[in-house]
Amino acid sequence: MPCGDREAVKMTRVVILDYGLGNLRSVKKGLEKAGADTVITSDLDVMADADGVLLPGVGAFSEGMEKLSAMKSALYDYVKERPILGICLGMQMLLEIGEEYGIHEGLGLVPGSVKRFPDRDGFKIPHMGWNNLTIEKKDSPLFKGIPDGSYVYFVHSYYADTGREYTLTSTDYILRYASAIQNGNAYGTQFHPEKSGAVGLKILENFIDML
Amino acid sequence: MALTKRIIPCLDIKDGRVVKGTNFLGLRDAGDPVELAARYNEQGADEVVFLDITASKEGRGALLDVIRRAADKLFLPLTVGGGVNTVDDMRALLRAGADKVSVNTGGVKNPHLISEGAEMFGNQCIVCAIDVKRNDNFAECTSEGGATRITLTDGTVCWYEVVIYGGSKRTGMDAVKWAKKAESLGAGEILLTSMETDGVKEGFDIPITSRIASEVHIPVIASGGVGSMEHFYTGFTDGKADACLAASVFHFGEMTVGEVKEYLDKKGVPVRI
Repeated sequence: MPCGDREAVKMTRVVILDYGLGNLRSVKKGLEKAGADTVITSDLDVMADADGVLLPGVGAFSEGMEKLSAMKSALYDYVKERPILGICLGMQMLLEIGEEYGIHEGLGLVPGSVKRFPDRDGFKIPHMGWNNLTIEKKDSPLFKGIPDGSYVYFVHSYYADTGREYTLTSTDYILRYASAIQNGNAYGTQFHPEKSGAVGLKILENFIDML
Repeated sequence: MALTKRIIPCLDIKDGRVVKGTNFLGLRDAGDPVELAARYNEQGADEVVFLDITASKEGRGALLDVIRRAADKLFLPLTVGGGVNTVDDMRALLRAGADKVSVNTGGVKNPHLISEGAEMFGNQCIVCAIDVKRNDNFAECTSEGGATRITLTDGTVCWYEVVIYGGSKRTGMDAVKWAKKAESLGAGEILLTSMETDGVKEGFDIPITSRIASEVHIPVIASGGVGSMEHFYTGFTDGKADACLAASVFHFGEMTVGEVKEYLDKKGVPVRI
C-alpha cells in the first residue's frame, strides 16, 4: 500500500519564522540535514500547521521585538501546544526583558532578563568562538546524547539571566550563564547549533525528534 | 573549560575558484573552494574565510554561488571579504549564506560603511580587515594626535600605516588608531594582516598584533606570516591574538589544522579538539 506508506513517513515540518532578521539559509539547511521538512515563512497560518517553530535571529533585541510584534499573539497560542526553539537573539527574545539599547519587553515565555556582559580585563566582547556546554539538565531531550563539555559556536554580547530551573546548559565566559534555556514548550539556545558542526546538528535532530 | 583560540584557514578566490594551488591528495577538484573548505572542516577548522579577489561582475556571481554551496554543506562560521564597498554588497554576501563580511578598503574610504553595516546586520557580522606596513617617518602620519610609536624586537621604533588596495596604496592613517575607530564604529572583529610578514613564513608581526589586541575590546585575528606550528603559538601568546589565520601552510599540506591544534593543546593553549 504505497499511499499508506507515504503517510507513515510524513516528515516533521518545522517553520522557520521569517521576521526580517538573520541568515536563515544555514538554519534551514541544518534542519533539513537533521531530517526535517522546513518552510521559511512569516505566514501565521502556515506556522499554525507546523509541528515546531524555529525562531532565528541575529541583530538587536529591540529591533527583533519590533519586527516580531505582529506575530506575538500567534506565538503565544502556538507555544501552549507545541515547541518553539529560539536561537541566539531568538532565544533572548523568549525572556521577559532585554537591556540592549534601553529596557525592552520580550516575549516573556521564560522568566528572566537579557543583560550585557560586564567588562573584565582579558575578556573580549562579543563572546565569539567555540566554548563548552555544561549540561545542567541531564534528562533534557534537547541535549540527548550530547556529552558534557561539548563545544558549540557563540557570537553574542548579551546573556540570559534566568533561574536554575530554566537552565538546560551553562557556559563560562566572564561569568557562568545559561547557554540553553527552557520553560514548558519554549526552548532556546544562545549558541548557533547550525554553525556548531556535528554537535549542533545533533541538537537540531533532537529538537525534531521532540516534535 | 574556556573560550578556545580559533584556527582559521583562508582561501583566496577568483571567479569562483581557489587561486593559490593546493597540494591535497584525494580532492576531486582542488580548485573548488567548497571542497577545500570541507576538507578543513574535517580537520577541525573553527571558521573559514573566503577572500574574493575577483574584479568582474561575472566572477562575483560565481562567488555568491560558492557561498551558497558552502553554507549548504558546511555547518561552521563563514566570513567573506574582498570588494565590499556598500551595504548592498554586504547584504548579498549575507543572504547567500555568509555569517560575517569583512570590510577593508571600502571601510577606509567610507567609515560609515562599518557603522551602517553594524546597525543593519549587527556588530558580530562586520569584520574590519586592516592591512598594515611599517613606516619610520613619523611626519607622514596624518591621523589626529599623530602616530602610535611601536618598538620592534631589534629596538627600532616605527609606526604602522594602514594600506589599501591589497597593499598598493598608503593612507597616512595610524593602524592602532584606525582599529580603535573601527571598534567604535561598530566592527565586531579585527582581521589584521601585516604586509611586512605576509608570505615570508617567519611568523606573525607580533609588535603590532599585540598592540592592537591590547587596545581594542573586540577579538583580533592575526594574519600573515605563518611558516611553522610555533608561529601559531607565538601569535596567541606574544601576539595576544584571539584567532590565527593562515593560507599556504594549509593549502600545500605542510600541516593540517588538526596537527596545529594538537600542538597548541600540548603547549597549554585552549583549542577545540
